[in-house]
Amino acid sequence: MATLTYRDALNQALREEMQRDENVFLMGEEVGVYQGAYKVSRGLLEEFGPKRVVDTPIAELGFAGIGVGAAMGGLRPVIEFMTWNFAVLAMDQIVNSAAKMLYMSGGQINMPIVFRGPNGAALQLGSQHSQAWESWMAHIPGLKVVSPATPADAKGLLKSAIRDNNPVIVLEGEMLYNLKGEVPDGEHIVPIGKAEVKREGSDVTLICHSKTLAVAMKAAEQLAEQDVKAEVLDLRSLRPLDEHAILESVRKTNRAVVVEEGWPHAGIGAQVVDLIQRDAFDDLDAPVQRVNQADVPMPYNKHLERAAKASPEKVAQAARRVLYLE
Amino acid sequence: MTATARSAKPAATQSAVPPELQLTMLRQMLLIRRFEEKAAEAYALGKIGGFCHLYIGQEAVGVGALAALKEDDYVICSYREHGQALIKGISSRAVMAELFGKATGCSKGKGGSMHLFDAKKGFMGGHGIVGGHIPLGAGLAFASKYQGSDKVSVCFFGEAAVNIGSFHETLNMSSVWKLPVIFLCENNRYGMGTAFERVAAVTDIVEHACSYDMAAELVDGMNVLTVYDAVRRAVERARKQSQPTLLEVRTYRYMGHSMSDPLHGVYRTKDEVEEQKARDPITHLAGKLKEGRVIDQAGLDAMDAEIHAEVEDAVKFADESPDPDPEELYTDVMVD
Repeated sequence: MATLTYRDALNQALREEMQRDENVFLMGEEVGVYQGAYKVSRGLLEEFGPKRVVDTPIAELGFAGIGVGAAMGGLRPVIEFMTWNFAVLAMDQIVNSAAKMLYMSGGQINMPIVFRGPNGAALQLGSQHSQAWESWMAHIPGLKVVSPATPADAKGLLKSAIRDNNPVIVLEGEMLYNLKGEVPDGEHIVPIGKAEVKREGSDVTLICHSKTLAVAMKAAEQLAEQDVKAEVLDLRSLRPLDEHAILESVRKTNRAVVVEEGWPHAGIGAQVVDLIQRDAFDDLDAPVQRVNQADVPMPYNKHLERAAKASPEKVAQAARRVLYLE
Repeated sequence: MTATARSAKPAATQSAVPPELQLTMLRQMLLIRRFEEKAAEAYALGKIGGFCHLYIGQEAVGVGALAALKEDDYVICSYREHGQALIKGISSRAVMAELFGKATGCSKGKGGSMHLFDAKKGFMGGHGIVGGHIPLGAGLAFASKYQGSDKVSVCFFGEAAVNIGSFHETLNMSSVWKLPVIFLCENNRYGMGTAFERVAAVTDIVEHACSYDMAAELVDGMNVLTVYDAVRRAVERARKQSQPTLLEVRTYRYMGHSMSDPLHGVYRTKDEVEEQKARDPITHLAGKLKEGRVIDQAGLDAMDAEIHAEVEDAVKFADESPDPDPEELYTDVMVD
């Protein structure tokens, strides 16, 4: 097992899947000659050539649609968005073309396409470059949505996404690209739709995904100092949601806090809370709490930005609240 | 460039098209006309729901273009696609049943008028968002080229789609990447109730090809043979040179934008519609073939009767077909 960055784990997944299946190709802005805006595609142009590592103009709607058409023609495109903020321009193709093709064709046309790129806020990039789109994506029937938090999950989920015959949204994190972790060599697959307990506990479940895993883990450490044993459940997939894992953990701890990067209104946490109140109502000892980005566009000022984001302190506080410790 | 756009005039040249092929084209145009008339009736009776966009008046475009293709070439369309679906080889029964929303429809009753599909026949759908399928047409050509296949892709869209971003993004990439795709703009002059010249700064659509260094032709869409010729040239350019083409095919729809829209009134006059009907592509070709003694009136009548019977049979089939099983609601969302 090697220690890799999240970036290099994604790169390994792309490389291995492109070696494995010649129908897999990568398309997006700066993916080739420039080696990727965030260097996820480093070295791929040299290994696979310009036919399979395709630099595009800045035209998200157009190249997302060309990817969809290529998938209709039997290829397995991986479409890289420089960030998901720009993917908003391609929403028509993701929602109206990719997600619905199988259904509206009466099951005739598979859509084996991956849309991937960094999602959510980095540091001081302002309102238009600091957005977490998972609740938009997870809202759409016909799409799968994954959101890996660790290098190992990044590799395993991207490989699963590329092999899937349905459109898969892969939400990466700009702030995660340098994160290091152990990654199994070679054939390492993480199935889509499986959450993972990243820290075991018995007093409260902290439900998180992507960048908020680190937030929840730090909160769990803070809580441990107060003798609170927090369990950290990393959703990893947002559609399908691993309902079994969520309910199992909540039935054990009887208390939950849902943490996410996105805004609170109609967010992923709302979906998780709906599940818990419906299927684990009698197991709950307190109302579920949520920690989100503040319900405002992201400010530029670093103090305001910090105040807007989910933090270990906010999560620990929410946990203490569900434990009636404050 | 085939036609420098500034001087573009519809090409007058016509190669000799074998009489048998002309008869086939006549029959295909008549099939579309009669099918659509029947669809209008069924819509009025409430057998067809939702939106239903008829192709009456534009038959020469789909028929002429598809005659220039090989069986396995790709065709992708907007929501005004009943005609192309029928000519690409989907049976009248399967198309009518789809309009009726029945399980026997070409999209299992889940697509409807705007989403006809038969992937095995290379008919890659009717798509409902104006301009949304233009990049898909280029993507199919991208796949062909990637796979080393000689399949070309023909993407039909209306003139109103030319104002949308995906048209421009796609033409640019198709030219840069030399994709074997034909962008076939059916200019029927109105986006719903808005005359093109009221909302477009450049009204000769072929001129947009200049911006993308792409071959282009202006084509008379009321003459099936002219359409056939132009598309043949574009197909050859795509298949042999892997180069895209933009065709502006000038045509006219006799009906309203959809079945729920008026034929004329606020946005165009009845006189204008009647004037255009005098250029009818079916009447024109039938007259020419009669003149050339390829067919006589009795032959035309027999052809029409046969088509009537086919369309009646399609309606009966659609009417008697079952609705999709209730369980179908949840199938085809994802594959395993």
